Amino acid sequence: MTDSETGLKQLALHDLHETLGGKMVPFAGYRMPVQYPAGVMKEHLHTRAEAGLFDVSHMGQILLRPTRGMEALCLGFETLMPVDVLGLKPGRQRYGLLTNETGGILDDLMFANRGDHLFVVVNAACVAADTEHLRAGLSEVCDVVSLTDRGLLALQGPKAEAALARLLPETAAMRFMDVISAEYQGAELWVSRSGYTGEDGFEISVPETVLMAFAEALLAMPEVAPIGLGARDSLRLEAGLCLYGHDIDATTSPVEAGLDWAIQKVRRTGGARQGGFPGDLRILHELDEGPERLRVGLQPEGRAPMREGTELFASDGTPIGAVTSGGFGPSVEAPVAMGYVAASHAMSGETLLGELRGKRLPVTVRPLPFRPSTYKR
Amino acid sequence: MKYTKEHEWLRVEGDLVVVGITEHAAEQLGDVVFVELPEVETMVAEGDEVAVIESVKAASDILAPVDGEIVAVNDKLVDRPGLVNDDPTAAWFFKIKVDDLGVLDDFMDEDEYQDLIG
Repeated sequence: MTDSETGLKQLALHDLHETLGGKMVPFAGYRMPVQYPAGVMKEHLHTRAEAGLFDVSHMGQILLRPTRGMEALCLGFETLMPVDVLGLKPGRQRYGLLTNETGGILDDLMFANRGDHLFVVVNAACVAADTEHLRAGLSEVCDVVSLTDRGLLALQGPKAEAALARLLPETAAMRFMDVISAEYQGAELWVSRSGYTGEDGFEISVPETVLMAFAEALLAMPEVAPIGLGARDSLRLEAGLCLYGHDIDATTSPVEAGLDWAIQKVRRTGGARQGGFPGDLRILHELDEGPERLRVGLQPEGRAPMREGTELFASDGTPIGAVTSGGFGPSVEAPVAMGYVAASHAMSGETLLGELRGKRLPVTVRPLPFRPSTYKR
Repeated sequence: MKYTKEHEWLRVEGDLVVVGITEHAAEQLGDVVFVELPEVETMVAEGDEVAVIESVKAASDILAPVDGEIVAVNDKLVDRPGLVNDDPTAAWFFKIKVDDLGVLDDFMDEDEYQDLIG
């Protein structure tokens, strides 16, 4: 549904968010809950201690249905991403990156092999462009179906497994990045054991016919609380995860972004299917020789957060980069940030300076994440 | 108590004006995670950015509501910024010594402020 005055789309669970006291703000073309009455700090800590329910239905859910077999589809998808698609087994999910001709990132995504098709989840702001890009690149091998009748929920935190198992018992046996179908009130849910918080948890694609009932059944559990976009951002920042449009974009390469782990050996120099994706020259070169700049974790000294845009300098005053995401980490109990710096200054432990309100304050390069993940591998 | 349109409250204490942020402002900001206070004995002019307050969402400046001299700051807020959310009316930021308390007449009273945020 679209609001005729603001042009903003409404989530299928809009009324539920309002009932829960959600503060609704415009985000990626939707009216989204940024926080509930508990507030960002408590919502963040609740997710780390119990289980948080996030409505991420704004994200794009896309099916790639093969027209010439799964192998042709997987190989076709590999022409758009520096990722091993063919090697992903049925029932498994993987992180992927759509790249452009200059080796930048058009979007980051999750894709799952669901046996006879691929299921792709993309960033809300990129849905239209991604769909067009996939159609243009994969017209020979699949139908690209952008789904509009399913919501997407994330249940994250140490108690997510126990909570979800009460409704979908078979999910308890899943491991990190497993995907299964499960039935709820006669509808087919697609569950993956993954998330965007660094916690163990699940992402669940739910047909809109049962979305409200499913969300309410989870929220009725004592350990489950609704969590807004504000805490989603601080959770992913502590987990060292990139936010598209901020930490990665069409100018940053996967290698600069420290996402080289997402590029499997088979696609690298010397691999059986090396290269053959947009921007492969730059990306393979950076993998072999190292990039000129790198995304790093940044720990400001003191309590002042260094936010996006904060300029970074070497100790001798040379400008060497900028913060791309920053704020306060409620679990770390200190400000946390990430950003790009010249590779020569990307060593953990190096002290840089970040300019805040005209003053240059010390900030230390450190490895990501700020908090170890608790995935069930 | 008087109020500024920047959502500060002003309380008179002898010849001092005590400055904090209103409950409405604290709610809008969300959880406060960082407070930077001015130096004591600084001379300030109305509108000067004298303190910084950062919440989980954003940074904002606290402006000097009147001309005068900063004679005290609430250091407790630096170590425990969350006090601002716990009780915004008790969590004062700084005290300004003014020549003439008459300058406060220009600010909103409680009813006028409630109308503003209503």
